[in-house]
Amino acid sequence: MARQMTITEKILARQASLPEVAPGDVVTARVGLVYTMDLWALDVFNRLRQAGAEHVSDSTHAVVVFDHCTPPLDVAAANLQKRVRAEAEVLGATIYDIGRHGVMHQLVAEECLVRPGTIAVATDSHAPTDGALGAVVVGVGATDAGCAMATGELWFRVPDSILVEISGTFPTGTTSRDVMTYLMGKRGWDGSAAPWSYQAVELCGETVQAMSIDSRLALCNMASDMGVKNAIIAPDESTYAYSGADWRSEPAVRSDPEAEYAERIEMDITMLQPQVACPHAPDNVRPISDVAGTPVDVATIASCSGARLEDLHLAARILEGRRIHPRVRLYVSPASQLVYRRALADGTLAILLEAGGLIEPSMCGPCLGTQGVVLGDGETCISTLPRNLRGRLGSAEAQVFTANPAVVAASAVAGELADPAEYL
Amino acid sequence: MDFGIELPILRGRAWVRRGVIPFDAILPARYWKSGGRGGGPDDALLGAHAMEGIDPEFAREAAAGGIAFVVAGRNFGAGGKSIEHPVLALKAAGIRAVIADSCSRYLYRNAIDHGLPVLLSPGIAMCVSSGDELEVDVTQAVIRVVATGRRLTAAPIPLPLLRILECGGYVPYVRRSLEDRAATRSS
Repeated sequence: MARQMTITEKILARQASLPEVAPGDVVTARVGLVYTMDLWALDVFNRLRQAGAEHVSDSTHAVVVFDHCTPPLDVAAANLQKRVRAEAEVLGATIYDIGRHGVMHQLVAEECLVRPGTIAVATDSHAPTDGALGAVVVGVGATDAGCAMATGELWFRVPDSILVEISGTFPTGTTSRDVMTYLMGKRGWDGSAAPWSYQAVELCGETVQAMSIDSRLALCNMASDMGVKNAIIAPDESTYAYSGADWRSEPAVRSDPEAEYAERIEMDITMLQPQVACPHAPDNVRPISDVAGTPVDVATIASCSGARLEDLHLAARILEGRRIHPRVRLYVSPASQLVYRRALADGTLAILLEAGGLIEPSMCGPCLGTQGVVLGDGETCISTLPRNLRGRLGSAEAQVFTANPAVVAASAVAGELADPAEYL
Repeated sequence: MDFGIELPILRGRAWVRRGVIPFDAILPARYWKSGGRGGGPDDALLGAHAMEGIDPEFAREAAAGGIAFVVAGRNFGAGGKSIEHPVLALKAAGIRAVIADSCSRYLYRNAIDHGLPVLLSPGIAMCVSSGDELEVDVTQAVIRVVATGRRLTAAPIPLPLLRILECGGYVPYVRRSLEDRAATRSS
């Protein structure tokens, strides 16, 4: 009889055509989706060609999303995108070009390209985001991505799994993201202690079951910065409703009742305050009550960590009928064109504009500090980004705080870090 | 232990740093920030900037043949970025293997994929000093400090990854397997 396995182990076993796997095993497994972005696509394609292939394998789906160099800021970026378009056409990769694009992890979720029970790889460290859909989604470099495109498979070391069971209802102003920020504050992040390095983090419990897919994506996204190999939530009715019926055709993969975990964590979030990562490290975390009153100049709602439709709605609830503080600039970059269109259609963007916000294209620039949001010397920013390292958004003399969209919106109104509960 | 595989024994001098070395100390971001031009000749130039964020002398010494092994403490390559360039810089600088207490998973994958062995053992960085001549048996995961004869063991590299290293990296490994598949089909 096969050993009891976690959902991550089961997916790896199934895609490797093995009856069972155990942590530490190295297996070759089928990859259903390989996705990259404009910035690295040529490197990925180069590796595919170096491996001797002339086309993407029939047994996988290769996708390029234009997000990092989008829209192109200079001739070099425009020419890069031209070359990517030409190469993708020849090799058989699908492009989500400007106008049909989004931040890559949001885009592939919306397009239902990540199927429960499968493996996907992406050339970006926030790849674990889409594990929220019940798949094993892992970040890799260009060589792995190019070889996976060429063959439809990739080597994987089977990780240990950690089970995080969450119970309780979120207090006003607290979101799924705050769970991970809190844990990161306690245990460290990938750049320091790397507490969950190599491990699969499995999230479950009544709170997770009650979460929308947007909330689950945000939860798994923030787990990325703890060094995880992947973050995963078992698929359920919410997952199937998000995607459409055809995902139901396969039996849902779930952890066995006696599966072994390297660690089990139980967390009751009934009393959890919004958490703020303070300069200059993602694990320098304080509850909002500790830092409220800190003046801010810039507020940003952007990135695959906090600019989904649900996040924009939350910000709009706070900003409706209010104006942002005269000292503050508010930038909003929806996580995808689809989010942008929906927020436009349902009046959310109008609320953000009326409040004094600048609505920007969907792009990664505001997270990378390359375009959309660049900070000058001494400026203080509160943002929904995942990382707040020194110099990330421009000046090394700027300060970046990160938090959930409600904190960002409330702080934009107050002109200082503020508890959103007072505005909701 | 007999794996049916035997990688060459590596020999050379160690460069040791015991703290956490972030990925952007291995190669500062400005050397790769402009993005993918498709790889190629630029990769070799990265060697001149290897470890620039932590030791400005590293690249020069390594180029002169003075450094074969990077020995690091915990979480080598910390900072969670999936890019390959730090590994390309180390390889171009002539590094033959990485030995560390532990290693970021991105750096580990990218290193194996480029034929750069990584041997891991908690506490190993405390057992080696900069300048030590080492003999490294990647297959058996044994490191010998030549001057004292002391043997240090690391976690064995799994056999599938030894095979990738034997081919010189994942691209040559995949290339060979695609050629084998094509040959089988046409025969």
